[in-house]
Amino acid sequence: MKKLEYEKPYIKKLHAGVMNKFGTRTGVQPVKSIDGVSVKSLIENYGSPVFVLSEKQIRKNYRSAYRAFSTRYPKVQFAWSYKTNYLNAVCQVFHQEGSWAEVVSGFEYRKALGNGVPGNKIIFNGPGKSNDDLKIAIENDSLIHIDHFEELNHLLNLTKEFTNKPRVAIRVNMDTGVYPLWDRFGFNYENDEAWTALSKVIDSGKLLLVGLHCHIGTYMLTTDAYGIATTKLCNLAMRCQIQLNHKIEYIDMGGGFPSTNTLKGAYLPGNDTVPSIDDFAEVITSTLLNFGFANEYLPMLILESGRVLIDDAGYLLGTVIANKRLSNGKRATIVDFGVNILFTSFWYEHQISPAQDFMPHSENMVIYGPLCMNIDVIRESINLPPLNPGDQVVVHKVGAYNMTQWMQFITLRPAVVLIDEQQHPHLIRANETLDYTQEPELIPTHLKASK
Amino acid sequence: MKIKSNIATSENGFIFNPATGDSFSGNAMAAHLLIAMKSGKTGHEIKKDILDKYDVGADQLERDWEDWMIQLKEANLLETEG
Repeated sequence: MKKLEYEKPYIKKLHAGVMNKFGTRTGVQPVKSIDGVSVKSLIENYGSPVFVLSEKQIRKNYRSAYRAFSTRYPKVQFAWSYKTNYLNAVCQVFHQEGSWAEVVSGFEYRKALGNGVPGNKIIFNGPGKSNDDLKIAIENDSLIHIDHFEELNHLLNLTKEFTNKPRVAIRVNMDTGVYPLWDRFGFNYENDEAWTALSKVIDSGKLLLVGLHCHIGTYMLTTDAYGIATTKLCNLAMRCQIQLNHKIEYIDMGGGFPSTNTLKGAYLPGNDTVPSIDDFAEVITSTLLNFGFANEYLPMLILESGRVLIDDAGYLLGTVIANKRLSNGKRATIVDFGVNILFTSFWYEHQISPAQDFMPHSENMVIYGPLCMNIDVIRESINLPPLNPGDQVVVHKVGAYNMTQWMQFITLRPAVVLIDEQQHPHLIRANETLDYTQEPELIPTHLKASK
Repeated sequence: MKIKSNIATSENGFIFNPATGDSFSGNAMAAHLLIAMKSGKTGHEIKKDILDKYDVGADQLERDWEDWMIQLKEANLLETEG
């Protein structure tokens, strides 16, 4: 006789009270495959946990962002923000699409060179460029974005050693109506420090001022701030043209566009609240076009977007280790990935989907990682069907920052897989090994284990 | 572990505790277990019955039974001992 279908016994307390206008449906659906490749096979072949990136989604994001700007403005250039995700395969996808490289350290700069990016298509940002970093950037004719007067003076000294004139931009911070102000990078607009720096560059005759740059914040939820920032950079560019007879070649609006992740504490999900890339494009390009530059002198518009181009192309697949009940009866589920590899769980309420069919009931639970640390909480509160040990889960929108800010802690960092447009998975970063993590370690002779 | 005698249960999984006014909804398996528990069967008998009738392994059932007991306790539906 065929046995009856079993499901976990489950009771839920009923609360009388105000109706929830959003209804009770959780909308949880099983996610059994990513770009046609089954979650089960990915975990079987590459281990659990494993990061998975969709090349198709990355290209789609890039093309739609590029289209949003290039259909509104004649000269647009994207530069891939290396710090968002500098796995070489990922960078190459963006470079193939036409992106330059935007780097913030000597390490990233050398990675960009290694990826075959021509020196004159590397934008070098960041407050911590070393003497060697600046020299290599000058040699390669890269675009050096000056952050402070120390760096400006340093560059002026270095010009004695080179025959070519370093190409530079001034990084400008400003009040855009979004607080707290991001005033730690670059030179301030309102107190005229930016103008002083800009004048000093031009007066020196030793540096070629080609651009003006700003990066007004991160995860910006208002387009107005970009309108204000664009106006202020245009003001500087126009003043430079009129008073110093010097034409600025490009205006770099940095990044900061949000992905559709839901920020912690947000009342509504990110999908419903975040402005689209078209909204940002409309504000920035219309400000530039209406500012009053002559058509032949319209500056090039550079964008250094990172998060918005890759967050939703990244997934983290993992496995349930155990379930338990907390002292108040709340269900807790322990998974095999912790906050050390999912840094963004401190910022976002990541969507998590089971990777197999499940019973229709859902229960509020907390999701913990495997680290023996109290802070290792992936989700403090999420409605999911009860999961069994061995069940697999998919965490969504993890493509930005996790693969650069991840930390090796008590376990090894997992593999990263890229699924190409033909739905073939490729290993783009292997699982770490104990030997790899111990390779730089040295043991003094007197501490060596006796044989 | 015995379920409180005054708890009202229905076949489709509605549970009412007249002493506290709390009500609960349960899935089919929860309804099945509550009726079995109210009939006076022991935990051992109930589990054996489920293993015979349903497509579930003994390990899984044991885990779920432990979780079920915690749920009932948390919901204040179990007879307090002593």
